Amino acid sequence: MSDSQLIIGKAAPLDIANLDTDQIMPKQFLRGIDKKGLDKGVLWDLRFDGEGQIRPEFVLNKSEYADTKILIAGPNFGCGSSREHAVWGLQQFGIKAVIASSFGEIFYSNAMNNGLLAVILPQKDVDEIMHQSCDNSIPLNIEINLSTLDIHVSNMTLSFNISDRHQRMLLEGLDMIGASLKFEEDITAFAHRHWDQQPWVRDVAARTKLNLILPGEKTN
Amino acid sequence: MKSKTLYRKLVESHTVAVLDAQNVLLFCDLHLMNEYTSPQAFAGLHELERKVAMPGQNIATVSHIIPTNPDAHRVIKDPSSALQASNLKRNCERHGIPLFDTNDELQGIEHIIAPEHGMIRPGMVVICGDSHTTTYGALGALGFGIGTSEVEHVLATQTLVYRLAQDMHIRIDGKLPVGTTSKDLILMIISRIGAQGARGFVVEFSGSAIDDLSIEARFTLCNMAVEAGARGALIAPDEKAIEYVFARASDITEEQREDALKYWATLRSDVDAEFDMEYIFDAQEVVPYVTWGTSPDQAIPVTGRVPIADGPQSVSIQKAMDYTGLEEGIPLEGIAVQHVFIGSCTNGRIEDLREVATVVKDRQVQSGVRAMVVPGSGAVRDQAESEGIAQILIDAGFEWRKPGCSMCLAMNDDVLEPGIRCASSTNRNFEGRQGRGAITHLMSPAMAAAAAVTGHITDVRNLGDNNV
Repeated sequence: MSDSQLIIGKAAPLDIANLDTDQIMPKQFLRGIDKKGLDKGVLWDLRFDGEGQIRPEFVLNKSEYADTKILIAGPNFGCGSSREHAVWGLQQFGIKAVIASSFGEIFYSNAMNNGLLAVILPQKDVDEIMHQSCDNSIPLNIEINLSTLDIHVSNMTLSFNISDRHQRMLLEGLDMIGASLKFEEDITAFAHRHWDQQPWVRDVAARTKLNLILPGEKTN
Repeated sequence: MKSKTLYRKLVESHTVAVLDAQNVLLFCDLHLMNEYTSPQAFAGLHELERKVAMPGQNIATVSHIIPTNPDAHRVIKDPSSALQASNLKRNCERHGIPLFDTNDELQGIEHIIAPEHGMIRPGMVVICGDSHTTTYGALGALGFGIGTSEVEHVLATQTLVYRLAQDMHIRIDGKLPVGTTSKDLILMIISRIGAQGARGFVVEFSGSAIDDLSIEARFTLCNMAVEAGARGALIAPDEKAIEYVFARASDITEEQREDALKYWATLRSDVDAEFDMEYIFDAQEVVPYVTWGTSPDQAIPVTGRVPIADGPQSVSIQKAMDYTGLEEGIPLEGIAVQHVFIGSCTNGRIEDLREVATVVKDRQVQSGVRAMVVPGSGAVRDQAESEGIAQILIDAGFEWRKPGCSMCLAMNDDVLEPGIRCASSTNRNFEGRQGRGAITHLMSPAMAAAAAVTGHITDVRNLGDNNV
């Protein structure tokens, strides 16, 4: 079995509903023009206090949770802002998968597009794993099989679903743009048919910008 | 032929190829970009020496990091942010993409400038690396936010691999009562269906209350649908919408107008189209809504009290109260604020500023309160000045600033200090959103104005004649 099929590692409980991407990656870490250094900002306000001092009680700051690979999260994880920095940061922090009963829609797409596995399980199963994780004195170890779409945790085996497309992307690392560029001729043909029917949408941005009269020019 | 929802019609009219049961290759008519979610997309493109497929269908603006202090020439002092702006300019120049740059007089928030200049037309698909792209449903265009990987995909192909959503219908009967706005309506809806109540759905709004709304009020409604998790929001384009577009889209010729009218008339859900989920609300129940917690669904009528932390939500309620520093059961009215913010893609338009002016005219911002107005765009600012609104706001003690996203997400230098409580016309009351440890109460612009002149959360309906 190849490495890419399995995610095995420590799982940390993060029992917070609607944990938004502002909290996953706060604004002060969004000022780059590349993807570097975002591990620093992950869950910043949960990891550090107002003076920048580490919060020892926060799960990801506990020494036994070093090298956490999986998060067990509350519902609607990653809601809010579209910032993909949240996903890049989690990955740079070492997270390979997040388990929750639901995800913010844009976060979910961002995660899959970057190879961060977002596992959707029924809330009762997430609750059970969360419960075990919080009760355990040592971190829970979880094994996720991307081929069979199974999760092994303690003595349980749970199944989950992802689309065939996402499964292929996770297993094969599909270049989505490359794949879509194979449709280049179809796209061009479509666009011309579309513009024949709706000429007012062709070059709508460029034409609008060109036509704009600046306030200062009105008086000229 | 099978009956279809407006959403299905929009998807089908933009489907280049069906990829599988869940995904289509979706053509995108307009792609808007900002300085902070696009750089890595351009970098990815350059790395593989890929071109921008259709530059004329793309536009960019500096919006999130721009300072709003009213200097004639704005200078971005933070070096990283300045680099984001110059990088955006370089990328746009390289690929021939039109840009509203930092000191362009018409610069503004993407979701304000695109419709105000007539770029959004019924039947379009519009995307942007910003979650509030749902705004454009107000004109019968399918708008939704995307991540940076998808920004790169759109740049390279002018399409997206698009996962189909489900259909939700929300009908609002009746008429909004005096003193309430579409902001109150959407806060009420979110509070009832929850922060993920519309997750996975594109929501179509209809009903007499929606028919009555101005286009700008509809922008506010559709803008915040994403706070209920929606993947899109739609309102079938009516005469108001068409009038709004024609008044701004000067490039549409007389001849094209006839064809456009014919096509736009088809942009409605068929009478017997089926939705996967439906809600009906009564507009008569709408009162001024205010958030008390840290999620947009934690909103209650201004006359209400902070909830008791019990039941299945008890942990979330307690956590939110711990952050906002409120005790269970206390009334919302009377809670003192130190800051008032008017602006954002939700409520930074001219009608919003008119409502604020109506409330604050001949009144003064309470001492101890800092109140600022950040217009959504240069055009909004210009109009407010020529209408005399700006002067009313200035006379009342508001700071009259330059356009940008500003304190909605505090990515520029407009950041609140810890513990500061803000009455805000924005869209998210997340922990730390407006500044670490700062507390956000979402409300309508009129309600925020009422808080400014009284110094505390106030029911604007009790302020006498100055009702919106």
